[in-house]
Order: sequence, then C-alpha cells, then structure tokens
Amino acid sequence: MTITVWVPRDAGALALGAEATARRLVAAAQASGKDVRIRRNGSRGMYWLEPLLEVECDAGRIAYGPVTARDVDSLLAAGMLQGGPHALRIGLIEEYPWLASQQRLTFARVGRADPLDLEEYVASGGYRGLRRALALGPAATVRAITDSGLRGRGGAAFPTGVKWQTVLDQPSGEKFVACNADEGDSGTYADRMLMEGDPFALLEGMAIAGVAVGAGQGYIYLRVEYPHARQALTAALERARAAGYLGDDVCGSGHRFDVELRIGAGAYICGEETSMLESIEGRRGEVRVRPPLPAQKGLFGAPTAVNNVITLASVPFILAEGADAYRDYGAAKSRGTLSLQLAGNVRHAGLVERAFGLTLRELLYDYGGGSASGRPIRAVQVGGPLGAYIPASEFDTALEYEAFAAIGAMLGHGGVVAFDDTADMLQLARHALAFCAQESCGKCVPCRMGSVRGAEALERVARGESRELNLAVVEEICDTMTHASLCGLGGMAPAPVLSALKHFSEDFRRPAAGG
Amino acid sequence: MTTESTAFRLGSADREKIVAIVARHRGRRGPLIEILHDVQQSFGCVPDHAVPVIAHELNLSRADVHGVVTFYHHFRRSPPGRRVVRLCRAESCQAMDGRALEAYARQHLGICPGETTADGEITLEAVDCLGLCACSPAVMIGDEVHGRVTPERLDQLLQEAGTGKAL
Repeated sequence: MTITVWVPRDAGALALGAEATARRLVAAAQASGKDVRIRRNGSRGMYWLEPLLEVECDAGRIAYGPVTARDVDSLLAAGMLQGGPHALRIGLIEEYPWLASQQRLTFARVGRADPLDLEEYVASGGYRGLRRALALGPAATVRAITDSGLRGRGGAAFPTGVKWQTVLDQPSGEKFVACNADEGDSGTYADRMLMEGDPFALLEGMAIAGVAVGAGQGYIYLRVEYPHARQALTAALERARAAGYLGDDVCGSGHRFDVELRIGAGAYICGEETSMLESIEGRRGEVRVRPPLPAQKGLFGAPTAVNNVITLASVPFILAEGADAYRDYGAAKSRGTLSLQLAGNVRHAGLVERAFGLTLRELLYDYGGGSASGRPIRAVQVGGPLGAYIPASEFDTALEYEAFAAIGAMLGHGGVVAFDDTADMLQLARHALAFCAQESCGKCVPCRMGSVRGAEALERVARGESRELNLAVVEEICDTMTHASLCGLGGMAPAPVLSALKHFSEDFRRPAAGG
Repeated sequence: MTTESTAFRLGSADREKIVAIVARHRGRRGPLIEILHDVQQSFGCVPDHAVPVIAHELNLSRADVHGVVTFYHHFRRSPPGRRVVRLCRAESCQAMDGRALEAYARQHLGICPGETTADGEITLEAVDCLGLCACSPAVMIGDEVHGRVTPERLDQLLQEAGTGKAL
C-alpha cells in the first residue's frame, strides 16, 4: 500500500533543510522497499518544527518534526510510516494546540494542500467566492467587502470596500488591480507563505477584485528576494489560465481578467503603493504626490485598486461564506482575522492567524513561548522596521488597530520581532535611520536629508559627544520627518527612534565604549 | 554600484542579444525593469554599454535608463563573483546575532558587503529581509536559502560554495 508523506516546500522549511530530508526519505524508502509517495505542501507556519513531516494515517495526518535528513533512518525504523512513536513525533497535526487554537480563514489551506493542485483547491471550496462575485455583480460584491469590515493588511489598514468603491465609481474604461507583494518589512513573511502555500487564493482574490471594480488586468509586484514565491505564482498563473479562471472569459462569464507577474529589484520603497506603480511602469521607484489617489489615477494613469497579498487572499472567504461570517471575528473596528508573524528572538516563531483582540503578551508567551535565548524579552518591534519599539510594560495592549494607535504604535503588516535584554536600543534606533537613508527614494527633503543627519547625530550620541544636544537634534529632525515627509517611509522612520528614546533612554546615556 | 564598469565591452553578438531581449518584451507595458532583469540574467550585470542600446530600442533617453539601473539595489554594473552570498541584516536577524554573523563573514572572507574576494569566487552582500524571519539569522547563496545560520554553519556553506560543490 502506498503511504503518503507530506514534506513542505516553503522557503522557510527549505532554509532548514526540507529538500535534503525529502531526498533522504525517497532514498531510504526505496532501499527498504517501502512504497512511499512524497507530496509537497506549504508550511503550517510552525518554524521551530520545520522540516515538519506529515504521514497520512487512518486517524489523520501524523506529524514529526523537526526532521533533518539525519533523522530519517531512525524514524523509518521506529515505524513513522504507520505513525509510530519517536522522540520527534508531534501527533495528529490538526489537534496540535498551537495550531488548533488558531482561527485560520485566510491560511486555511496553507500547509494542508499541494499549493499547485487546482483540482484540490476547487474541491476544498476554491473559486466559490469568484462564482458568487460573478453572480452578485460589481456593486453587491463591493458591498460585501465593505460589510465584512476588511481593512488593508499591508499596513495602512484602509477600509478595502471604500477603496474598491472609489475605483468602481470612476468612469468606465481601463482599470487595474495591482497586488503589492513587495513584502520588505523585517519580521514579516505572511505574504511569502501564502503565495508559496496557496497561490490560487491570491489569484482568486484578484479576479474577484477585477469583477468588483471593473478591471480587466491585474499585476502582482513581487520582490526579487522571493524566488520560491515566483516559481509558485508562475505555475499557478499558467494553471488558472488553462482552466479558464483567468483570461478572456473568466468562468464562462464573459468577463476578461488576467494577471501579469512583475519582479521588483530590491528597493524597499517600492512597497509604498505609488512608488510600486512607478516601478511597474518601468521607472525609478519615486513616490507620487497624492492626490490624486491611485484609486482615481493609478497605474498608467488609470483607476487602480492597490491591495496587499493578505487582503486579496482574504477576499474569497468573504464572498464564499458571506460578509457576516468574516465580520463575526474580531473586536471593535478591527474585524476578521489578522495574520501575525512571530519573529526574532522567540522560541516558537511562526504564523498565528487569530481574530483581532489577542494581547501582545498572549502572542509572545502563549504562542511564542518567550524568548529563544531564555533571557527576558526587553522590547518588541511590531509592524516592520518603521514600527515603534514596545516595552514590556505595554505588552498587555490588544492586537487591534486602534489600541495600537493609542500607544503610539502600529500593527502594520502584523510582523512581531522580539528582542531580549541584550538588545542595544541606541544601535537599533541608529539602524532605523540608516535604513531609511539607504532606502529613501530621494524625492522629499525631510526623508532624504533627515535620515542621514539623524543617523549621524545618533552616532555622535553613541560616541558620547555633546549627548543632550545631539539627542535634541534627533528629536527635532524626527519631528520634521514625521510631519513633512511625502510618504510613510520618512513619515514613520522616526517611530522606532522616538519610542526607543522614550522607553529605553538609559541606552542613549550609557558611558561611551572606550571612554 | 556607483563605480563605472570598464571591464565590460559589448561585442556585436552581445548587442544582438540585448536587442533580442528588448524584442521579447515588446508587447508589454512599462517593460524596462523586466528587460534589465533579463539583461542581468544574461550578462551577470547591466553593463554600462548596454544602456544606450536599451534606451535606443525603447525610445528612452540614456539618462532615463541609467536612472533606473542606479535606483535599484538589485541591478549591478559589474559582474559579481561566482557565488553571491546575501546576509540579512534586518531587525529580526539582528535579534538573533545577525550582526555577529556579518562580522564573522567580513573577517573570514576579508571583504565588506558589496565586495568580491580577490579570487573572484564570492561576492558578499548585505540585504534587508529575506522573509525568513522565523528562522533568523538567514543567508541566501544564489537562490538557495539557509536559516538559523551560525558562524560554523556559514563556514561550511562558504566552503561548499567556494569549492564549487553542489549546495
């Protein structure tokens, strides 16, 4: 009897040796005459257990992890193919508390299915959302998104339905859907996991967006640092087209919608929506002055719905299950689920999709298991390199957009990077401005100059030169950057600096090394 | 990235190759960055001498094309070493001793990020985020990714990369 073993092909699993594990498993099974079929899935998002193998047994899928190539022989000897006991046995994966306690709506299929098996995608409810949107028509589809309370998951948290309505309301003619897959924030990898683990969900979400706003063409702007996501998307695009889910006659509806994949070139600023549009048009990624909004005048001058990967991949569920089904999750003005990404110095780093409302402390300790180093967690940066540093005294803040805004922080794209008590907050503050200087598009002065001068002033602080004077200079520069920059890069780069200064001022006033 | 590459002269075959690349993207809108990716794929870099050819083919000014090539960190104007080693230095990797790993790599290879070893084997690059933040610190060698990289593991990877053994 053939036994199926799932081995992830997610880049994170590959980075931990999944390919060597798969190869060893094939060789060992062959040598011992066992009939094993290897299937490849995305990652469940439990990276401390990767490479995580799942064996299909009568009771369900039984997981083992972390399984390196060296562990394969002993696992086979222990009867892994029958779900036998072993030190690395996790048990039934669907019952594993870390996973079972989550509310995976957007990530429902990631880690479960072969990402490129279109039949399996459809059999598990895929493309029901698109068919529903085609039956509803544009206005009712946009209304469903508005009613769901979905807000942009890329970081700005703008209501998706309002954005789509604006595009829909523009005079008919050429319109576009542009998916921002330039996931450059440190500590974030949900877009990558989704694109590698369930690319059809993104393509379906884009097709629904196309139907809703009246766009015939979509673009995915993917960062060049994601070659595995590129492979998955390229293959998924071909299959979706061949099956009629993209093209001149989507699902036989007469609607035309197709998607083109564009690859970025290593510029962080191209994650900013107007800069991304410039880049797709083949120019330097310099931000545009708003208004007009991209929804009015976006790609090639046409109305464009610009949305993040997770936003678009959340759309099929909303259409298939109804706006209320999504809206029922969440708290206050943050509806639905948020895909949080635990990163940095945590024991159990990985993807946690939960309804809004969990506290940061629950996330860090109940899911994250505390620091990886075993030392106290001193600071957490949420929302990427432009997010504030949050001290332990504020760990009870609920993971909601408004609750985070109230403490001067932001949820952003849901990346959570933990630091233990060896972190040097002055160095991290300087890094934030140096990063901004390196990635600034140069269009506005506060960002282009402020980041350079601010980083220099912090270097003088680190050397102990005119410390208070230089700190005052830093604060003044940050004030100008916050209020006078054209876009979020210059506007938010001061957040990590000022929060570090506020909560960890002792690091800025330590005697300089060497005198 | 800022120095002019003098090592690269275009022959007529190279010029034809570039013209063919541009032709491949003819039907697309705003194709310049896709074209530059393909040129870099073919030549290992975007040679300065390719800029006027691309500009002419697309009916753009040389300044337009030059401006795009130099804006993006990914495009290089001279060919890299045989292997490109990218070390992540973003916050998540810093939280897991990424800075110590970078210091080790600098010392071990005797070069700074952006430089190539004298034997032309390895180019070291510092990047900001590879999306492998759940297994920091992360390193990418060519298109291969590696997580939770210690100095010892980096040694091993560099050795494999340097001696041309399959990774």
